[in-house]
Amino acid sequence: MSMQNLYLLVPLAPLVGAVAAGLFGKCLGRAWSHRITIALVAVSFFASLAIFRDVMAGAPVFNAPVYTWLTSGDTSFQVGFLIDKLTVTMMLVVTFVSLMVHIYTIGYMQEDPGYQRFFSYISLFTFSMLMLVMANNFMQLFFGWEAVGLVSYLLIGFWYKKETAIYANLKAFLVNRVGDFGFLLGIGLVLMVFGTLDYAAVFANAASHAGDMAPIPGMSVNLLSAICILLFIGAMGKSAQFPLHVWLPDSMEGPTPISALIHAATMVTAGIFMVSRMSPLYELSDAALSFVMVIGAITALFMGFLGIIQNDIKRVVAYSTLSQLGYMTVALGASAYSVAIFHLMTHAFFKALLFLAAGSVIIAMHHNQDIRFMGGLKKYMPITWITSLIGSLALIGTPFFSGFYSKDSIIEAVALSDLPGSGFAYFAVVAGVFVTAFYSFRMYFLVFHGKERFADTHHDDHGDHHADAHDDGHGEHDEHGHHGSGKPHETPWVVTLPLILLAIPSVLIGFIAIEPMLYGGYFGDAIFISERHPALHEMRHEFHGAFAMTLHALTTLPLWLAIAGVASAAYFYLKRPDIPAAIQKRFQGIYTLLDNKYYFDRFNDWFFAGGARGASRFLWKFGDVKLIDGLMVNGSAKLVGMLSGVVRRVQSGYIYHYAFSMIIGVFVLLTVRNWF
Amino acid sequence: MIFGLPVISVAIWLPIIFGILVLATGDDRNAPLARFIALVGSVIGFLVTIPLYTGFVRDTSEMQFVELHDWITRFNIHYYLGVDGISVLFILLTAFFTPIVVLAGWKVIEKRVAQYMASFLIMSGIMIGVFAALDAVLFYVFWEAMLIPMFLIIGVWGGQNRVYAAVKFFLYTLLGSLLMLVALVYLYNQSGGSFEILDFHQVALPMTAQILIFVAFFFAFAVKVPMFPVHTWLPDAHVEAPTGGSVILAAIMLKVGAYGFLRFSMPIVPDASHKLSGAMIALSLIAVVYIGLVALMQSDMKKLVAYSSISHMGFVTLGFFIFNNYGMEGALLQMISHGFVSGALFLCIGVLYDRMHSRNIADYGGVANTMPVFAAFFMLFAMANSGLPGTSGFVGEFMVILGAVKVNFWYAFAAASTLIFGAAYTLWMYKRVIFGAVANSHVAELTDLTLREKVIFAILAITVLGMGLYPLPFSEIMHASVNDLLVHVARSKLPL
Repeated sequence: MSMQNLYLLVPLAPLVGAVAAGLFGKCLGRAWSHRITIALVAVSFFASLAIFRDVMAGAPVFNAPVYTWLTSGDTSFQVGFLIDKLTVTMMLVVTFVSLMVHIYTIGYMQEDPGYQRFFSYISLFTFSMLMLVMANNFMQLFFGWEAVGLVSYLLIGFWYKKETAIYANLKAFLVNRVGDFGFLLGIGLVLMVFGTLDYAAVFANAASHAGDMAPIPGMSVNLLSAICILLFIGAMGKSAQFPLHVWLPDSMEGPTPISALIHAATMVTAGIFMVSRMSPLYELSDAALSFVMVIGAITALFMGFLGIIQNDIKRVVAYSTLSQLGYMTVALGASAYSVAIFHLMTHAFFKALLFLAAGSVIIAMHHNQDIRFMGGLKKYMPITWITSLIGSLALIGTPFFSGFYSKDSIIEAVALSDLPGSGFAYFAVVAGVFVTAFYSFRMYFLVFHGKERFADTHHDDHGDHHADAHDDGHGEHDEHGHHGSGKPHETPWVVTLPLILLAIPSVLIGFIAIEPMLYGGYFGDAIFISERHPALHEMRHEFHGAFAMTLHALTTLPLWLAIAGVASAAYFYLKRPDIPAAIQKRFQGIYTLLDNKYYFDRFNDWFFAGGARGASRFLWKFGDVKLIDGLMVNGSAKLVGMLSGVVRRVQSGYIYHYAFSMIIGVFVLLTVRNWF
Repeated sequence: MIFGLPVISVAIWLPIIFGILVLATGDDRNAPLARFIALVGSVIGFLVTIPLYTGFVRDTSEMQFVELHDWITRFNIHYYLGVDGISVLFILLTAFFTPIVVLAGWKVIEKRVAQYMASFLIMSGIMIGVFAALDAVLFYVFWEAMLIPMFLIIGVWGGQNRVYAAVKFFLYTLLGSLLMLVALVYLYNQSGGSFEILDFHQVALPMTAQILIFVAFFFAFAVKVPMFPVHTWLPDAHVEAPTGGSVILAAIMLKVGAYGFLRFSMPIVPDASHKLSGAMIALSLIAVVYIGLVALMQSDMKKLVAYSSISHMGFVTLGFFIFNNYGMEGALLQMISHGFVSGALFLCIGVLYDRMHSRNIADYGGVANTMPVFAAFFMLFAMANSGLPGTSGFVGEFMVILGAVKVNFWYAFAAASTLIFGAAYTLWMYKRVIFGAVANSHVAELTDLTLREKVIFAILAITVLGMGLYPLPFSEIMHASVNDLLVHVARSKLPL
């Protein structure tokens, strides 16, 4: 098979799976639906592997159209692929995690009535995400960008009977649309200035527009800064950066497999990928890079704080995802694109692992997600326990685990950046290390160690709305094994196998990949770094192999902060569980602030949602009904009615009235004639 | 030529003849026969328009398939028909929708079936005539004739308040058209006694006359589009019209107004068009933003989609009056796509209305539980209405926004707000109607789509996706004519 066909096969195989399971799911039945979709995603994964080998063997960058989508004027909009090392890295990550999640879904969704629909959606997602990363132009990027948003919307609202889920999916879609609003305007500026939407042509000419002003009447901003910031607003939506982060925690209303696939490993990293892809543009605008870095830093630190007080196991992981996305964004701002992609990759593995492990715990807990009612699960679920531990260690940056290499590199890159805002960003990412370690191990200890708190509770005690609503989403799921069985037990192999397969790269990939990816010129020309931003260049000089880096880290602050975070979590939640409660009481104000997520949701509901509804009602009732219809339309009808009422009186039907008016008329006419 | 007959004439008169045949079946005892003849007539009516696409020569902006015969020689009026890249797709769109509305009314309409079906067939022929007429009087005759069947459709088969809506619709549009007639007669005099629209395009006119003509045309066309602030007849008409009426109204009749701007206003009075383009853009953007907001709080599904139509048509007029390729072609693509999408949405609402006899959003909830297939189709069309890439709804909006950035960034900024508002009102409605637990016993008793309904929706779904994934065949055909129009409009017609 020629390489071109192989490129086509990668996105089309999951699309075929999605169509098969979606349209013919009923005829195929459950087993065949998952067999077909899994087989086709596997095809996509192995095709990606073959492309990876080809690219590693030195195949030239592939950049060619597949078909012409539309032409207008002298512009032609095309669907096409750009296959370079950045693309192929993303393809591998996406198809691998997707494959794991497909397999895992067999176990997680086995009793769900929407089984085939679910497989159809996640295959459709895989297709959309692949179209996004393989695009060679902005138009197709936007297509993938919105398509993953659509699937995310469908999957968050998968249990469509659940009021919280359908609230969350609408919110997710609309917040993402706010980001896409900026994104689309950015694309518009690109087309206007460069006359094409093709990456290669735009990047080649970017430098010649470096000093231009943006054609925005009334504002004097640098053109490339405007483009980059507008595009980044799109990334803020998709990658859930402050202040468009509000949708991601709520997206946890969806089934856990998609939290792992979409809302942790792949879709939310689309923004990170996009900025890396656009490095030739971003490198020309320090203002945009500063903006990116500060937004990332705020997200990294402040979303981490929120993770500390969450009690829903998935929400802890969700806030951790927000915070880690902030880290990646900070890396972008520091011009360390390869480091951001590196962290994106390690994070995809360990975060998907943590989510799937959380799902495994949720299955064992009969869909109770509150970590206050878990504890001591270590001995009942050995595989889930050990893989969770690996995921957590990777997340907090333990030496030799994958997260260590990527996170430490981010911190170093920020330290070397001299853009405005880098001081704050450095503080945020370093402080974030402690916070990450603390909330991660708080959750880990509460779930796997300590007293077993699940035996004496059932979900009716705490009446958690997640659990309730979840049950009616599951329908008959409640019937078996809810109240009857006593002890939790390990989940079936379809669940644990993906955990194990994800645990392996969560440990190893950092140590293996850091040298080629960051310092070995792995990305080649896919990523461009200006000479004015030498952070990565300086890091290369100080890098003497992964092992030396690990040893060096023993003497630096972040590692000790991570240890301190774990230690304090252990002390608070294993030794002295009374302390957290006391702190909560003592600092009620801060707790309330965190508990209300800095009041962002309330403000948005009041200001944006409420404001739009109010404006709508006003414009409708006053503008359309009163002013236009009442005054102008029916008003003129009434006026005509009134006038005709007056005129009608003249036609009384009495001869003498007519005779009288005739005489008057003749009189008037004669007078007029004589006078003029 | 089809069997030795000119294509456009066949496309116009065949549905009308079938309409008369349907009428001849008489009263409702022969309803099955009436339905059958109507379906056959409408399908053949669509098939005969296909040669217009396949035989169309793409690299010329000249009129094609021209038919020219004397009609009223005393006033130099001709039976003059022809199509160019701008009008040809609308003829196909019109003919495409006739079988769909015939099928949509198959079971639902039980009274005066023959008259109902005949109205749509006759209307189809008349609307094709509007798009094909190249003689101003012929155009005017078709233009006004179009009102009659629609007036009857709303007034006879409409809802509770149908008389108010029908009269409002009739008066609104008639008042606008009368001004157009005055302008046409004036142009007849200025052109030295010709009613040919193409001759009007060449007449030199001073600025004052141009502006007056523009205003006269504006009232005729803006009412039909409809543009803010002459849009308030549309929600009422839609709410009262039967499903088929709403579909034709949204899918085709609104396009007639926009088409008028392209065929009359812009080429006949280009200087006035440029001079007043600021106002036109402002009205278009008000339509996009203001009407988009108004749509949000509607409690009646049909009203919501009606307002959404007005908002989407704002993109069309915006695209016209920014005078560039992206804008103009985007606007034309938006018109076609809006035909498919709004038509489909009105059919969706019709499906619910047939079962529940309510258009009120509050009466629904959890329809996905009982009508999963319907919910899937509705999702697709709702997403197309929100302009999701991959559906036809994206193509036009995308192009118009790209075109607007070129002219003024803030135009694009205002227009792009539809990304948020459009999604908000469409998906919020979808959420309240389709998602959630079963809301009441009526919803619990709903039955999913019948085969007939599935066929209709499947055809529309394929079209919406097809145009979204591969819009090239739609845009290619219009290039030459759009380029020619843009060149023409850029030339001043002021007398030297």
